[in-house]
Amino acid sequence: MAWFPPCEDHAVTGGSSRLTASASDYRSTLLGLQPLNAQMKDAEMSADASNDNVQYPRTIFIRRHSVVTRLTHWLNVLCLSFLLLSGLQIFNAHPELYWGHYGADGDPAVLTIGADDAAGPSGFVRVVGVQIPTTGMLGVSEVDGEPTARAFPSWATIPSFQDLAAGRRWHFFFAWLFVINGIVYFGFSLLSGHFRRDLAPTAHELSPSHLGREVLDHARLRFPKGEEAKRYNALQKLAYLAVVVILLPLMVLTGLTMSPGIDAALPALVDIFGGRQSARTIHFITASALVIFVIVHVAMVVLSGTWNNIRSMVTGRYAIHEEGPNA
Amino acid sequence: MSTFLTRRRFLIGSSLGASALTLSGCDLLDQNADVANILRSAEQLTMKAQRLLQGRDALAREFDEKDISPSFRVNGTSVPDSEEYAELLEGKFANWRLKIDGLVDQPREFSLADLRVLPSRTQITRHDCVEGWSAIGKWTGVPLGSLLHLTGLKPTARYVVLHCADELEKTLDGSGRYYESIDLIDAVHPQTILAYQMNGQDLSVGHGAPLRLRVERQLGYKQAKYIMRIELVDSFAGLWGGNGGYWEDRGYEWYAGI
Repeated sequence: MAWFPPCEDHAVTGGSSRLTASASDYRSTLLGLQPLNAQMKDAEMSADASNDNVQYPRTIFIRRHSVVTRLTHWLNVLCLSFLLLSGLQIFNAHPELYWGHYGADGDPAVLTIGADDAAGPSGFVRVVGVQIPTTGMLGVSEVDGEPTARAFPSWATIPSFQDLAAGRRWHFFFAWLFVINGIVYFGFSLLSGHFRRDLAPTAHELSPSHLGREVLDHARLRFPKGEEAKRYNALQKLAYLAVVVILLPLMVLTGLTMSPGIDAALPALVDIFGGRQSARTIHFITASALVIFVIVHVAMVVLSGTWNNIRSMVTGRYAIHEEGPNA
Repeated sequence: MSTFLTRRRFLIGSSLGASALTLSGCDLLDQNADVANILRSAEQLTMKAQRLLQGRDALAREFDEKDISPSFRVNGTSVPDSEEYAELLEGKFANWRLKIDGLVDQPREFSLADLRVLPSRTQITRHDCVEGWSAIGKWTGVPLGSLLHLTGLKPTARYVVLHCADELEKTLDGSGRYYESIDLIDAVHPQTILAYQMNGQDLSVGHGAPLRLRVERQLGYKQAKYIMRIELVDSFAGLWGGNGGYWEDRGYEWYAGI
């Protein structure tokens, strides 16, 4: 009966078992991407029960995101925003990245954001020996109308003026909130089956032909409809898993590796990342990867139905347009 | 540090001036005392979590000779600007004495020669600046714990305060003088030493001659240079800004483990 719209599955089971079905549905709506049966009005259900010929096309609502997913998602938005902007403030205190255990002025750098005063203030980014002029944006940008030497511009840092101590206060406060939020999300997602049910791709989804088709569909901005829209597509699953299982834990671990206190407690971290300065560089690269993810993520939200997507992450309700079983 | 004064004056000027209007919401929040206190609550959490993970004696990594940085940046003060220090330097610190007083059973003074004959510890460790850079150096000195063993501690002693010869900011009341403090857990940690040698040579002026602290599980600003006096206290509330250190009085965390 896979093609049946969700409420009819239970409508046909009749009066006595409907209670049980509703109870288990209620639990599952709390936990993940499940139909919103329990919230459907009785009248609607009996109407469906007495009428197998539902009018198509129609719009149904499913419970797209559990309350924990929604709360942790928005807390994550808050935390990552503050972490990024205060992180850029911290980076500005020494805008150079190295590889290995040590690195300071004069040591070979992987990346430098700097200012050159030879011919008027000019900013540059130097990546492994290649220098790119970036005046106005990176290296030199305007502060109160004056070109000022600072790696990231004042609109991109918290606080806007150079204040490492304040930047660190914001950073570590939100780092704690982010870690606690992450623990809640991971604990919930493992116990509820969110990872297994909603995020783990199936063998079929990972086949090159399927992935190839999804990539082409995405490129043509054709997004899944009807039954397929009820769950994440394979590219979504892979992108979310990469963020949740790789990038975000990497941010925490490389951040901790920069701590001399943590390095004494957990020396293996230093070995894993090849040194404190390598960890700092990976922290920066991973943060950049997250920024790219967010840009693509927001673009996809807008292109695949802005309000429906945002509503589903706020209230949980996600509208699905159904053409009908034979469409 | 004239650049610091300029920046400080600039900050004061700009916050009083018209540019205050352009401060973003976060800047306003940042200057709110309640917000600052909420943000600072994370510092306690960090310290408790790190202490729990470390236990008392977890050691900072020690490196090999080959890992030593080719250059080690001189940070903060490069030469203390006082007649007293200039005279001590000219006399090759023969007249320098380390005073240990406060809440100790027996206040003591040590000359550099006294310290050199005490059992020493040599360690090659990574110095991590709060700004983000790191350098590896070899340090030789007397474990702070063994000096405190010689003086004895009153039961009320809780913190070790290091008073330094350098003034990082010129002020009329002397509040720009460098000082630092650590608690007794860090003070008796095996790698916490008062170093008189760096990379096999007498400590240079830039790196804190004649004596500097190494407290290896914390950031660079805790590694006080130009130590003149060590004072045992039960609280650092009465010292200068009351936050336990020069940078702490300027907004940085007292526990600098991250």
